[in-house]
Amino acid sequence: MKLEVTIAGKTFKNPVTTASGTFGSGAEFEEFVDLSALGAVTTKGVANVPWEGNPTPRLAETYGGMLNAIGLQNPGIDVFCKRDIPHLVEKNASIIVNVCGRTIPDYLEVVERLSDEPVDLLEINVSCPNVKAGGIAFGQNPQALLEITREVKKVAKQPVVMKLSPNVTDITEMAKAAEAGGADALSLINTITGMKIDIYRRDFVLANKTGGMSGPAIKPVAVRMIYQVRKACPLPIIGMGGVMTGQDAVELMMAGASMVSVGTANFHNPRASIEVLEGIKAFMADQKIEDIREIIGCVE
Amino acid sequence: MSIIKQKAQVLRQTELEPGIYDMTISFPEGAALAKPGQFLCLYCNNETRLLPRPISICGIDNEEGSIRMVYRVAGAGTEEFSRMKAGDSLEVMGPLGNGFAMGGEDAIIVGGGIGVPPMLELARQLDARKTVVLGYRSSTFLLDEFKKEAETVVATEDGSSGVRGTVLDAIREYSVEGKVIYACGPMPMLRALAEYAKDRGLEAQISLEERMACGIGACLGCICKTKEMNHHTHVNNARICKDGPVFDAKEVVFP
Ligand SMILES: Cc1cc2nc3c(=O)[nH]c(=O)nc-3n(C[C@H](O)[C@H](O)[C@H](O)COP(=O)(O)OP(=O)(O)OC[C@H]3O[C@@H](n4cnc5c(N)ncnc54)[C@H](O)[C@@H]3O)c2cc1C
Ligand SMILES: Cc1cc2nc3c(=O)[nH]c(=O)nc-3n(C[C@H](O)[C@H](O)[C@H](O)COP(=O)(O)O)c2cc1C
Ligand code: FES
Repeated sequence: MKLEVTIAGKTFKNPVTTASGTFGSGAEFEEFVDLSALGAVTTKGVANVPWEGNPTPRLAETYGGMLNAIGLQNPGIDVFCKRDIPHLVEKNASIIVNVCGRTIPDYLEVVERLSDEPVDLLEINVSCPNVKAGGIAFGQNPQALLEITREVKKVAKQPVVMKLSPNVTDITEMAKAAEAGGADALSLINTITGMKIDIYRRDFVLANKTGGMSGPAIKPVAVRMIYQVRKACPLPIIGMGGVMTGQDAVELMMAGASMVSVGTANFHNPRASIEVLEGIKAFMADQKIEDIREIIGCVE
Repeated sequence: MSIIKQKAQVLRQTELEPGIYDMTISFPEGAALAKPGQFLCLYCNNETRLLPRPISICGIDNEEGSIRMVYRVAGAGTEEFSRMKAGDSLEVMGPLGNGFAMGGEDAIIVGGGIGVPPMLELARQLDARKTVVLGYRSSTFLLDEFKKEAETVVATEDGSSGVRGTVLDAIREYSVEGKVIYACGPMPMLRALAEYAKDRGLEAQISLEERMACGIGACLGCICKTKEMNHHTHVNNARICKDGPVFDAKEVVFP
């Protein structure tokens, strides 16, 4: 059974990674998951300097999903390079680093700092809905997206994956803008902006009022957008949004994803990422699929 | 492994008080590791409710291989748990968090409302001179069990038992003394105790609450503000699930 997949010239031993922000730096999940068994570990968004994030409450549960407004709290790129990358290397994990920023120079500083690090892919988060000017402007305006992609590509030593926001009218327009800016791959979807009101307190549940919705409730949106983007643009896709099981991952791959990230499922079950991988293998055995690449975008 | 996630069977459950349930689950590996002040994450069998419900450990029984929890029905998740009977099972993860640091100094153990249960195992295990102070709205629960462990005084908002007022009123009324305060309860109570401790130069260990997703320090959903930079997050935020839930009151910035 062949599980290897290739994204922008980088080969991963299998198509399962973790969705940024749901798996910490990987170390937090070590008691449950052998990090080297995953296709890659995708780490929490990291900026040039530490970010405090939003006030609490930062989390709310919704039917079949959740809202978060963490606000990209992170320890900054220095600590990340000193502590988190060496740890992942020691654990033999392939590494995808999620990068966030407020301005283009912020992003470039992080990308440059990472140039000598053993990182497989850079995932540029231009789509966090929880931070004012936290990249969302880049993710919702095709011209701005093209520009930041081009600037990042100028300094990046690793392949660049642009992470797209679903909070747009036409996702294919954004995909094409990233392509025009020189992106090597795309990842989608980030969370969908939502809101929850506590009707007894007559107040918002989240201190930030709005939050990003994730979890199984958003999977159909992810499947649709992955399909649309694959049809509109030739770049490889890392798909995410509501993956709980191997079957969910297969569905995103059939829509067009070459690799799949497991996110919110990690909160329900810390072993979810590895169980998704097991589920993919079981599906392949059952359906007599020799090579996982057969199913990538197999649905016309 | 220091954190166990598994399906656990309910050994027994009773309603202590309208809306307050006393549940014991079979969780031998968890019990062997558990300390007072730690908590478990309980997962709903209804999977449209994805996130764990953090519930404090109220009792640890290594002979029976069980953990006891006492919780209030606050919403759909705890309502689901409250309908469980002996023999039913649910996913649990734990023990989680740091727990109380148990020294040998004279202790004042304070619980308020649904913050009362986690103090019971502490009262049992703490090997020091100790006084327990419990605050309730009106009717009391677990009171007899505390009385078996230590001298226990009570405050109720309506004056139906003990002192009328707050736990601080009870501390003053009964001249409760000690060097370390251990406390769990509503935020205003913890804030008042922190001030009380500061004024008198006492140590105060307080147990905090916040909404959680991962329960293991990864998602940064459950933070509290801290005076100093946190060694893990490198900002002035600590993770309640991992760095807490018990904090030295001096380190916390109260909301
Ligand atoms: C460390 C810790 C220990 C706790 N120990 C106890 C205990 O021993 N006994 C007890 O009765 N309660 C305890 N709580 C509070 C308990 O977790 C909530 O009452 C419970 O999660 C409510 O779930 P629900 O589905 O009934 O309510 P809902 O309001 O329907 O829950 C919706 C979501 O919000 C979360 N949530 C709601 N209220 C709280 C809260 N106060 N704290 C954290 N998350 C919340 C839920 O976990 C869930 O994800 C503790 C909380 C923490 C953080
Ligand atoms: C708590 C939380 C934190 C997140 N943090 C980030 C982040 O730092 N950077 C990012 O690009 N996406 C972040 N995301 C979005 C996820 O990576 C993912 O795109 C989204 O949750 C959809 O996948 P899921 O439904 O499997 O969770 C976060 C999501 C959650 C729930
Ligand atoms: S609940 Fe995720 S960090 Fe505490």
